[in-house]
Amino acid sequence: MAVQQNLAQLSNTLVYSAMLVYTGALGAFVTDLARRGASASSRSVAPARPPALVGSGAAGGDTSDPAEGEPEAPASRASRAANIAVSLTWLAFGLHATAVLIRGLSVQRAPWGNMFEFASSGSVVVTAVYLAVLTRRDVRYLGAFVIGPVLLTLGLAVTVLYTEAAQLVPALRSVWLLIHVSVAFVASALFTLGFSTTVLQLIQERRETARAAGRTPSRGRFMDALPGAAALERTSYGLHIAAFPLWGFTLIAGAIWAEAAWGRYWNWDPKEVWTFVIWVVYAAYLHARATRGWDGRRAAYLALFGYACLLANFLLVNFFAVGLHTYAK
Amino acid sequence: MATDLSDGASTDGAFTDDASTDDASTVREPIVQPRLGPGGWARWAWRQLTSMRTALLLLFLLAVAAVPGSLLPQNRQDPGRVSDYLDAHPTIGPWLDRIGAFDVYTSVWFSAIYLLLFVSLVGCVVPRAGQHWRAMRSAPPRTPRRLDRLPAHTERALPAEADRAPDALLDAALVVLRRRRYRVVDNRREDARPGAAPDASLSAERGYLGETANLVFHLALLGVLAALAWGSVASWSGQAIVVEQQTFANTVVAYDSFSSGRLVTTGTLPPFTLKLTAFRVEFEAGDRAGQMGAPREFEATMSVVDTPGAAPRTVVVRPNHPLDVDGTRAFLVGNGYAPSVTITDGNGQVAYRGPVVTRPQDGNYTSLFVVKAPNAEPRQIALVGVFLPTYELQDGVPVSLFPQPLEPRLMVNVFLAAPGVDGLGFTTGRPQSVMRLESSRMSMVTAADGQPLRVLLEPGASATLPDGAGTVRFDGLARYAALDIRHDPSKGWALATALLALAGVTASLFVRRRRVWVRVVPGEAGPTVVQVGGLARGEDAHLQADVDAVALAVLGPGLTPGRGDTRDPKGHG
Repeated sequence: MAVQQNLAQLSNTLVYSAMLVYTGALGAFVTDLARRGASASSRSVAPARPPALVGSGAAGGDTSDPAEGEPEAPASRASRAANIAVSLTWLAFGLHATAVLIRGLSVQRAPWGNMFEFASSGSVVVTAVYLAVLTRRDVRYLGAFVIGPVLLTLGLAVTVLYTEAAQLVPALRSVWLLIHVSVAFVASALFTLGFSTTVLQLIQERRETARAAGRTPSRGRFMDALPGAAALERTSYGLHIAAFPLWGFTLIAGAIWAEAAWGRYWNWDPKEVWTFVIWVVYAAYLHARATRGWDGRRAAYLALFGYACLLANFLLVNFFAVGLHTYAK
Repeated sequence: MATDLSDGASTDGAFTDDASTDDASTVREPIVQPRLGPGGWARWAWRQLTSMRTALLLLFLLAVAAVPGSLLPQNRQDPGRVSDYLDAHPTIGPWLDRIGAFDVYTSVWFSAIYLLLFVSLVGCVVPRAGQHWRAMRSAPPRTPRRLDRLPAHTERALPAEADRAPDALLDAALVVLRRRRYRVVDNRREDARPGAAPDASLSAERGYLGETANLVFHLALLGVLAALAWGSVASWSGQAIVVEQQTFANTVVAYDSFSSGRLVTTGTLPPFTLKLTAFRVEFEAGDRAGQMGAPREFEATMSVVDTPGAAPRTVVVRPNHPLDVDGTRAFLVGNGYAPSVTITDGNGQVAYRGPVVTRPQDGNYTSLFVVKAPNAEPRQIALVGVFLPTYELQDGVPVSLFPQPLEPRLMVNVFLAAPGVDGLGFTTGRPQSVMRLESSRMSMVTAADGQPLRVLLEPGASATLPDGAGTVRFDGLARYAALDIRHDPSKGWALATALLALAGVTASLFVRRRRVWVRVVPGEAGPTVVQVGGLARGEDAHLQADVDAVALAVLGPGLTPGRGDTRDPKGHG
């Protein structure tokens, strides 16, 4: 089983091309946000959208569809920049996905056997999940907060994490690499989108609180064009409850693999510990949300904490903790 | 702890029709604390423990408490690194040891957190299971008097030309609700509700599975914990090193280390034997950055006899592909070189002959070893050395360039005891490490220049020790496989309960519980009015869709119910 180095070269070229197009998409998304902000604040001079309405939702006895009742209307009036951004994102996704595919062909295995491949494949799943959500809901306002992290991850991958194309070490040669890691990708991608939405939700909430107190938020005018905090919170919750069972599956699939590889399905290896910690933190988030007297904001902080743990698991644990997963360096 | 994850609504298992039960809206009056007796305090403590806030705190603590075990070395994984850490940190190390920081996952505080969490879980789940059981057996509640106060509501008057009998309208609604998997109670029937007068309406409810799944999830977590606990008392494991062409028989004495749970009878291990017939190892030979010498294949071919007298079968064991003998599994967890050495003593007798297990120190298998020949006469002999599979001298320092044995060399320092003295301490009966030499009573042989004598041997070569102490010969080379052999009867249960928990949490997050009521008010002077109301637990994007679908079906396809607030404004008076 020889490694096709010329294919690996082609894959690298495609990764760089994808990064270039992602940069364009990011620029377009940011331009769109800026334009929306400008138009939203000119509109907000007129009492078009009293902030008090935000989040009144279904509880107020309103019989309209809650998904439409929220002020998502400005988002659908997105500028041409948003359309360009989405097109560029599709193009970048095509390049990126092809790069990952060719990398897999060049080494004739699943392309996530080291940190570089993991980062590259993981970020393509983030884009894929974002585009999938985009076909169902208008979440173009999220674009910059998704493409930004993807671009950052790719930058890290081609510089710090880069690893030559090669066969796998025997410890990784298992069907569970395919199952365990690919599900972890999808879960992480959903958590990433959930994280971005949660950050926006908290910013929006701050602005709404300021408005309710009669102050005008000074910065981040583009936020006026985004859905209200309550709608963002619902989107974030929807993403998190999709990710949570997938993360549970990752945990179980990892344990099955551990049993096949080391004989113990659970041995408190640092990677196992962190996967478990992430699961517990997100479980706490879901419980917090169901707890009376805890508002969406406090639960949101737990979601952010969960994402911090996810990043720590990927970046810190691989480099600093000694365990059975250290071949992933 | 086990409150329905899917919503932020009431936690008491029942729907609440308005927001007045919310904590925040209750008027706070000065509270006069009642005096609590011991029973009262116990009840108070129990209620605190089983409250959601406590569960949340415990979950958070569990996450935080698990972290140190991933940062500090742990005894269960690598006791050697723990003692290294203790040596390197003489001040803080013993303190960390005292609080169990090197055995986090068996420490008192970690156990306390998860046990309290599970007690809290039981305290929450059991009453909820009872409540849910009653809810499942009881009919959906009677139709509220005013459907227009419900979160989802639609109300239509039938045009005169399309007027139908109230019964026909309700029958149509019944079909739609059943098709949407609602449990429907037909309030028109005399026997629908004992003691209540018949009423031209339907009560429907769906999504019981969500709460069931939520309870299953939490109970399955208890199952996972039970499986882990059972595994710790009913499993055994041992580590053994098998050199090529050697045979290992599965008995406790054959293991280098062995541990077992309290319920294991170590006298009755499965009596299989295995012989390592060949061990193939491949490494990356291409000269690519960072990959040269990376392992590519470990393949241990074994001849296994499952039970005494059975025909041997050939099994190839690789990483991720263990040997399985009726549920007992042998995992290939390590490998290395076992050079064969012969030591002849000063009297010309063979004092040691056989393979020596070496410990690889790096990716190029620079390997350390110790050989002790306590029976050598007149002076005991010990060798402390390095095995280098691909030897090269770089700036005067011997190194190994590649993990395969391309230029294998043994490089040893020789230690001798005084004549007739048991310098190796074998007669003391104290247990000794085969990997360490206690050298205080042995003297290192020096060369003519006063430097320690360093003997370099290639395969087949021998060296004569000074002062007629004997000779050392490097006979040949073999590989060894380090095996981890385990039996854990709990793992099937752990997997089953974990999958059950996963299924439970998935269903509980996605199945929504909602109620729908349909009422037909026959027009006495005007048209017939159909009212549909819906109530969901938590927010529910599909509630309005269900209400609309029922209304649509009742009114017929020609009369799509319009959206919009149809409430009577006077209703708020």
